Amino acid sequence: MAIENQVPEELQKNVFLTSVDFLYNWSRKNSLWPMLFGLACCAIEMICTAAGRYDLARFGMEVMRPSPRQCDLMIVSGTVTKKMVPTIVRLYNQMAEPRYVLSMGACATGGGPFKEGYNVVSGIDKFLPVDVYVPGCPPTPEALLYGILKLHEKIQNQSVRTVPWYRKDTPKGITVPELGPDIFLPDRAAEIRQITMKQKPATAVEES
Amino acid sequence: MSDAIAETTGLPYADAVPGAVVDADEYGIVVNRDKLVEFALHLRNNEGFDYLSSLTAVDYLGFEGRTPEDRFEVVYHLFSTKKGGDGIVLKVRLPENDPQLPSLTLVYPGADLQEREVYDFYGIVFNGHRRLRRIFLWDGFNGYPMRKDWKEAYYEEEHKPYKSRWPKGHYQWAEDRVPWGDNIKYPEGWDPDTFVPPEPPLPIIHEPPADAGHIKTDRIVVNMGPQHPSTHGVFRMIVALDGETIVGLEPECGYLHRNHEKIGERNTWLGNIPFTDRLDYLSSMSNNFGYVLAVEKLMGDRGKPPERAEYLRVIMAELTRICNHMWSVGFLLNDLGAFFTPALYTIEERELILDLFEAVAGSRMMCNYMRFGGVARDVDEEWLQRCRDIVFNRLEKKIDELETYLTNNEILLTRCVGVGYLSPEDAIALSACGPMLRASGVPYDVRRARPYSIYDRFDFNVVTDDGCDVYARYKVRIGEMRESVKILKQALDQIPEGPIMNGKPAYVTRVQKGEAYGAVEGPKGELGFYVVSDGSDNPWRYHIRAPSYINLNTLEPMTIGYKVADSVVILGAIDIVLGETDR
Repeated sequence: MAIENQVPEELQKNVFLTSVDFLYNWSRKNSLWPMLFGLACCAIEMICTAAGRYDLARFGMEVMRPSPRQCDLMIVSGTVTKKMVPTIVRLYNQMAEPRYVLSMGACATGGGPFKEGYNVVSGIDKFLPVDVYVPGCPPTPEALLYGILKLHEKIQNQSVRTVPWYRKDTPKGITVPELGPDIFLPDRAAEIRQITMKQKPATAVEES
Repeated sequence: MSDAIAETTGLPYADAVPGAVVDADEYGIVVNRDKLVEFALHLRNNEGFDYLSSLTAVDYLGFEGRTPEDRFEVVYHLFSTKKGGDGIVLKVRLPENDPQLPSLTLVYPGADLQEREVYDFYGIVFNGHRRLRRIFLWDGFNGYPMRKDWKEAYYEEEHKPYKSRWPKGHYQWAEDRVPWGDNIKYPEGWDPDTFVPPEPPLPIIHEPPADAGHIKTDRIVVNMGPQHPSTHGVFRMIVALDGETIVGLEPECGYLHRNHEKIGERNTWLGNIPFTDRLDYLSSMSNNFGYVLAVEKLMGDRGKPPERAEYLRVIMAELTRICNHMWSVGFLLNDLGAFFTPALYTIEERELILDLFEAVAGSRMMCNYMRFGGVARDVDEEWLQRCRDIVFNRLEKKIDELETYLTNNEILLTRCVGVGYLSPEDAIALSACGPMLRASGVPYDVRRARPYSIYDRFDFNVVTDDGCDVYARYKVRIGEMRESVKILKQALDQIPEGPIMNGKPAYVTRVQKGEAYGAVEGPKGELGFYVVSDGSDNPWRYHIRAPSYINLNTLEPMTIGYKVADSVVILGAIDIVLGETDR
């Protein structure tokens, strides 16, 4: 027997039955606040998406917040450089759960045309978990809108029982990389030392 | 070299400062580094070369005819704001084992940021610079990346097209080729455990004048950016405050340093055009224009575009200027606190112009439209009609509308008039360019000073304003939009039929050995490209004289003494785009 039939007939026009997941996700996805955070060329298209012609407000997303504490979505819009990565990871850590990352454009996804550059990171997904990738250089506002709708779909299909932010074993944040001679993760210091020390002449290895 | 000194009588400007000029070629004058400051002073005071436009360096390691004794060459491009015309190029050759020379910041304060850039990329030390530390990369970065013997982690070959992929199109993930599986490289013997990050930079404090009625306040250092809604991208200012008054400011760039110049040396000549789009991503057509002009100087007759292409280039460049100024005026209001509504008004016209670009180039922002000796695609009559419709019927009304709301707006006047004062002398000395320079009353515009393309045919004014403040910069931008409309009307009336390309389009561009500096008056100012060719298919050196970056020289002198809230407006009025600032 379908659950709707359990509602008495006289109440059927006033009472709606739904699942917690549906309601929870519906409300979340329809007021997803992006962070006011632009990196490069894609940021201009992001601003155009929010402007009059494409009008992001149609999806309840017109409120762009410069503070990460008030945002749900980080649109990584542009080339991620090594100098910028520590800041981006810190911003991500400062965002409250549930939080999403949309990688906009070729550079944020994989380095794009600047991949070979010495200061360019080959994609933000080396550091942050990415939910949606939008291809393009830069993606048109339509493409970004499509990516956002895909993210809405993803949010709508999540379940409150399995989402990571209610689980105890979910890590609280991501290690912030540091800038040494090149970018490095303090977590991987031992691994790095193993290789950099091995490159030294044999006598130096004995000392260490 | 001693022979050259003996013959100096034949060299230009050689008699004024004895021993300064050691050699000269068709591109410039080679100056002895010990006499550089003296010689520059002479040029500035007596010859009228008051404007240091571009300062850069070239690494000639392995270049034909060069030895380690003259491996590095620092190149100065000097111009005269009063006389206009072609400038003068100074070169200082430096040996490999002793790359240092005196700083020119005392003669041309505008050399400040550019000398830091050269130090950052080449490790060339400018003695006497007040603050010679890295600006794009961070303190502690390993090596000087623009030197020819410095290889990036994903290094494959000196020049594209890479043999592994061409002509059969094989590819391999760059990550699979490198030891870390990532774009990182650590020096031998580096120990991350004992590594101590360097101290963060602090601004130089400019003590305010002693004032009897001055309330004693705490001095604090505030960091703005790189994630800040008002820094126009990932720019960072470290501001020292006395109460609310700014007493020191240190600009910190490099958060969008995408290694244009290093990648540009690997690319083919043609392959650099799409990269120039991404410099100042609000005005890609102007960037194309500057780059093709520079390279065409090295191509001889084959680089001469046909008439129709010249007109198309001018039309695109002027449309770009309108786009850019619309955006900049809208976002200046954003910085004043009128969040987003004014920008919505200005973006409206920009979208229409972007539609035109999309129709002709296939992309809204990254147009990749110009080629050496022409343009990539022709426009049809329908496109021209749409363009005329926008230019003749819409743009002027839109500019009038903006002026109605803004020009006499009381809040705008209160926030902008008298804020960010930059005297004409300072503007020239600090190498300010574009609307920044003209808003200080200096009528210097590359389109007039050294007319390129077909700008000498059009009737337009160089807009200036004597206000020297943020409001004057706003008015100059509005005025320039009107002048652009005027140029567009003439160009659209006169555009002839005909070919759009000189010869057949080619993938491989034959560029003769030599060097060239090509500059256009971009929306932000003088956008110059300095290219050096060794006669091969790739540039030996590809340097961009980025107006947004060099205009940042003025930020510190303009903000000192103002309130912290004004710094946002002053920065907004410089109109920087980080893609170009950081490159």
